[in-house]
Amino acid sequence: MITVDLDHSSVRDLNERLHRLPPETNEKAWRIVNPKGAHALCAGLSVPIEVVIDGHPGYYCAGMNKEASIVVNGHCGVGLAENMMSGEVRVKGNASDAAGATGRGGLLVIEGDAGLRCGISMKGIDIVVGGSVGHMSAFMAQGGSLVVCGDAGSSLGDSIYEARLYIQGKVESLGADCVEKKMTPHHLAKLERLLARAGIEADPRRFKRYGSARRLYNFHVDHADAY
Amino acid sequence: MTVDPRIQRYSAAFSPQVIHEIHRAADQGLYEIRGFGAKRHLPSFDDLVFLGASVSRYPLEGYREKCATDVVLGTRFAKKPIHLKIPITIAGMSFGALGANAKEAIGRAATLMGTSTTTGDGGMTEEERQSSKTLVYQVLPSRYGMNPDDLRRADAIEVVVGQGAKPGGGGMLLGQKITERVAKMRTLPVGIDQRSASRHPDWTGPDDLTIKIQEIREITDWEKPIYVKVGATRTRYDVALAVKAGADVVVVDGMQGGTAATQDVFIEHVGIPTLPAVRLAVEALQELDMHRKVQLIVSGGIRSGADVAKALALGADAVAIGSATMVALGCNKPVYIEDYHALGVEPGSCHHCHTGRCPVGVTTQDPELQKRLKPEQGARWLRNYLTVMTLEMQTVARACGKSHVHNLEPEDLVALTVEAAAMAKVPLAGTDWIPGTR
Repeated sequence: MITVDLDHSSVRDLNERLHRLPPETNEKAWRIVNPKGAHALCAGLSVPIEVVIDGHPGYYCAGMNKEASIVVNGHCGVGLAENMMSGEVRVKGNASDAAGATGRGGLLVIEGDAGLRCGISMKGIDIVVGGSVGHMSAFMAQGGSLVVCGDAGSSLGDSIYEARLYIQGKVESLGADCVEKKMTPHHLAKLERLLARAGIEADPRRFKRYGSARRLYNFHVDHADAY
Repeated sequence: MTVDPRIQRYSAAFSPQVIHEIHRAADQGLYEIRGFGAKRHLPSFDDLVFLGASVSRYPLEGYREKCATDVVLGTRFAKKPIHLKIPITIAGMSFGALGANAKEAIGRAATLMGTSTTTGDGGMTEEERQSSKTLVYQVLPSRYGMNPDDLRRADAIEVVVGQGAKPGGGGMLLGQKITERVAKMRTLPVGIDQRSASRHPDWTGPDDLTIKIQEIREITDWEKPIYVKVGATRTRYDVALAVKAGADVVVVDGMQGGTAATQDVFIEHVGIPTLPAVRLAVEALQELDMHRKVQLIVSGGIRSGADVAKALALGADAVAIGSATMVALGCNKPVYIEDYHALGVEPGSCHHCHTGRCPVGVTTQDPELQKRLKPEQGARWLRNYLTVMTLEMQTVARACGKSHVHNLEPEDLVALTVEAAAMAKVPLAGTDWIPGTR
C-alpha cells in the first residue's frame, strides 16, 4: 500500500499522481492520511484502484469518481462523490450536504447521517445511508435508488422523476409529486441486494418505497399549486 | 353602421397585443412560454456611435494596414489558455434545443473561423466535439450528460450561473423536443417537459463556487480555462464574486440574450440590457485590477461587427453570439412560409423554438425538419456571417486608427441618447456630459 501524507504533499500533487495511473496499474492500494478538510480530494479518479482516506476530507471528496473504490474513515464535507460515474465510495462517518449529487452510477454508502439534499438530481447512482438524511433529499432525482435506514427530512423527493426512494424511518414530508408506492417483490429484492452490497444490516420489509406520481411531467394549469 | 378605422382609439395600456395575451392566459391558464430573446425596445449598442479619425486622429488604411482580431482566453490560471482568431465566440446552445445538424454546422463554421463553440444544457455530443476544434463545455445546474471524460475532452469549461434571457431561472425544454436521444442524454423519460434547476445542486454562494471551481480544476489537472457565466442583473457584484471565486473568464449575458424556451415574463422583465452590463463588468474588473487579466466575454443581442466593436471598445475581450448564429443558419428566413403560418406567425417574428416545429430545421429534433438544414450549407452561411462581422469590426477599428480591435476604447464612442450615455458612461454626442458623473 502506498501512503501519502497530506501534511507533506499537496492535494494537487496527489490527484495528479492518481490521474496519471494507467488502468492496468500495479499501484492499486493507496492510503491518504491527514486530509484535514482538504477539498476535491481524490476527485476525478478513473481507474480501478482502492483508496483509504484516514481523516476528514472537505468538499467534493471523490467527485466524479469512476471505477475507483474509496473508503473514508471519517466525515465528509459538501458534495461527496458528486456526479459519481461508477465504482464505490464508502464513508464510515457522516456526510454533509448534497452527497451523491447528480451521481450517474456506482454505489455510495454513508454509514452515518447525510445532510441536506442528499441525492439531489441523482441520475442513476445507488446511495445507501445508514442513518438519516436532511431536507430536500432526492430533489429532482432522475434515476437510481436512495436507501435511508433512518429518517428523511422535509420535502423528500420534491419534483422527482424516475428515481426510487426506500425509507425505513419517518419522512417529515414529501415534496411535490413524490408519493408512497407499493413495495412489490421486485422492489423488495432490489432493496435487499442494495443493503447487502452496502453491508448494512436492515430488514427490507420495514422500508417504504416512494417515487414519482408523474403528475408534473407535463405542464397543466390544474397542477400549478404544486410548483 | 360602418366602422371608421380613423376613430378606433386603442388603449396604450391595453393594446391589442396586451388584450390578446390576457385572452390567451384566460383560455390556457398558463404563462406564455417561448423562445428567442427580448422583443421590447431596449437601450442598446445602436445608441452608440464611433468617433472616426479626422485631424486629431488618423485612421489606418482599410486594405493595407493590418488590424488584428485575435484573443487569448484563460490566461489567469489555466495551463492551456485558448487562442482564438476572432473575438466572436458561439454561445452555448444545447443539443435538444438545437438539432444535430445545426450543432454540426456551428462547429464546422467556428472551426473554419478559428473561434470556439459551446455545448449547452444537454451535454456534449460526439458530432459537435468532432466538428469543433475549440469547444467550451458548460457545467449547468441540471448537469445533464455531465461526465469527467467530456470535461477533459473540452478546451474550456463554462460554469453557468445564469443567462440573460432568464437570470435566476432554470432551463426548459418542452416535451415535444424530448426525443429518445435527447431523453437518453438527459436521463429523462421521453416526452416530458424538462425543467432544469435554477441553482446548482452542489454549491450555494460564492464561497462554495470557489471550491467547485477548484474541484473542476483538479479533475482536469488545471489545464482548462474556466469561465463563469452570469445573466446581467447585479453585474458589478456578480463579476467581482466570479473573479474572487477564481474564474479565468467571466461571461456576462445581457437581457437581449436568447433562449430556446422560457417564460415570456422572464425574457421581457428580468435582467438588465447588455449595454450597461458590459460597462458594469469592466468597472468591476478594473476595481480589482483584473481587467484583461480575467477576460470578459459579453453576449446578449450582438448582431453585427459594429456591436462587437462597441462591446470591445467598452472593455470586453470577446463577445458570444447565440440568436444571431441561429439567424445566420436560417432562423426566421422567409422560406417554408406555410410552416410559419401553421405556427401562427410570419417569418421575422417567429419565436417557436420551444415547439420543436422550427420551419428551417434549426431548433427541432424532427428528422424531416432537420433535413432542411444541411450542415455544409449551414456552416457556409455562418462562416460568411462571421467573416462579415469581422470585416465590419475591422473597418470600424481602422477608422478609429486601431491596429488591433482590442485597442478600441470608450473614448472612441459617444452616445445618441441620454439613457445610453448614462448606461455606457460615454458622453452624449456633441457634449462632454456623461449623466451621473457631474
